[in-house]
Amino acid sequence: MTAEPLSGSLSKAFLALLRRDLLLAFRRRTELLFPVIFLLVVVSLFPLGIGPGPQLLARIAPGVIWIAALLATVISLDALFRSDFEDGTLEQFIISGHPLTLIALAKIVSHWLVAGLPIVLLSPLLALWMNLPSESLGVMILTLALGTPILSLIGSIGVGLTISLKRGGQLLSLLVFPLYVPILIIATAAVMAASDGLPYTQFLGLLIAGLITSVTLAPFAAAAALKISLS
Amino acid sequence: MNSNTATKAKPRKHPVVLFIHKLGSPPWFYDFAGKFIPWLWLIFGVLTVLGLYLGLVKAPEDYLQGQSVRIIYLHVPAAWMSMMIYSSMAVMGFIALVWRIRIVEILAMASAPIGAAFTIVTLTAGSLWGRPTWGTYWVWDARLTSELVLLFLYLGVIGLYNSIDEPRKAARAACLLAIVGAVNLPIIHYSVKWWNTLHQGSSISLMGGSSIDSSMLYPLLIMAVATKFYYGANLLTRARIKLLEQDKRKAWVREILKEKN
Repeated sequence: MTAEPLSGSLSKAFLALLRRDLLLAFRRRTELLFPVIFLLVVVSLFPLGIGPGPQLLARIAPGVIWIAALLATVISLDALFRSDFEDGTLEQFIISGHPLTLIALAKIVSHWLVAGLPIVLLSPLLALWMNLPSESLGVMILTLALGTPILSLIGSIGVGLTISLKRGGQLLSLLVFPLYVPILIIATAAVMAASDGLPYTQFLGLLIAGLITSVTLAPFAAAAALKISLS
Repeated sequence: MNSNTATKAKPRKHPVVLFIHKLGSPPWFYDFAGKFIPWLWLIFGVLTVLGLYLGLVKAPEDYLQGQSVRIIYLHVPAAWMSMMIYSSMAVMGFIALVWRIRIVEILAMASAPIGAAFTIVTLTAGSLWGRPTWGTYWVWDARLTSELVLLFLYLGVIGLYNSIDEPRKAARAACLLAIVGAVNLPIIHYSVKWWNTLHQGSSISLMGGSSIDSSMLYPLLIMAVATKFYYGANLLTRARIKLLEQDKRKAWVREILKEKN
């Protein structure tokens, strides 16, 4: 008995939801900082564990920064649908008459703005710590800008599947990390190629292809996952 | 037109369609699978004995790899199965999600542990082969890595299936995960081409001529067919047990139990 959404109300709903989620996130500013601090701490552990040799750090920098980005994303993913699931808002979204895919996409976008974008913005600092050659810094930032949205998109499927579990977080990392493998490979390959002075545009092209594919498919899968979890 | 309404009211199903519909019924499936399972095990046993005899005794040793080449009669069929079972699980998962057939859900989920086992066999046999051939148990090359990722995908599906209490919801969630993972399978496959590696290129292809002698090819192919029968037999056995478990309060299971007692 839900009313048919009026024309133009899809984008309105999308923007309203995005605005609401960002507002909620900025009201809880300390929680917002946890993944960012986590990222900084994880990256700073590597020089401590491996030694401060600038050559070695520069060599492993792309991998370390990217793995830290994966970990920080998975840490923050649980918040994607959790509070809406617990207070019943998610069920209201489902019966609202708007496609769940659109709602999932809005939440994914807000998740990326809150959790993914800070990683991209912080990456120059991380690159400095890890002694990444300055000529590959631009590529590093580009791979993170193209790659972290994919992490949020693919991660949303995992969150949708585990949302009904009380301890979904541990399982989530097991579900999501194998799916992140190609992105990690391609992104670090791009940065390493740039460090070695080799062409890297083909890797960026692959990341763009991955981003387009996951934007197209992941919200549908996330919506299907949420429907299964709420059934 | 009107004279036909009597016959149209009860459209007769094609025998094949009828057969597929019948398979969706748990008691029917249970009986049908029960009749097939002994034969599948038997064929698997005969083929395995034959394949292993040809492979381990008859086939010549490799001039470079020596006796250790015989590991491929286990390793390669297991590797093929690990990928085939994942695809079949994803296809069944798709069917289960679209048409909501419970038997298919059970079959898809019963595939996961078998596939994971084949993946572990592949990795173990591969590293045992790698020690004398490459001088190391483990190399981070594309195929080994993608096989390891495949194992993680399997473990994710099994983990998700076992964490959700309600069996049908668990199966549907894990089926969706299997489909999402299947999107990764081609990427895993092409990672072989992206990475230049230590691993030898494939020496068997359906299209071109194989660069492997027929005395070594036949045991390999026989083992490949044998593992298919193993999958079928193990899958149906697991599905039957799962059906009994899920339907333990239903009348048809009680009848079977009465007959057994």
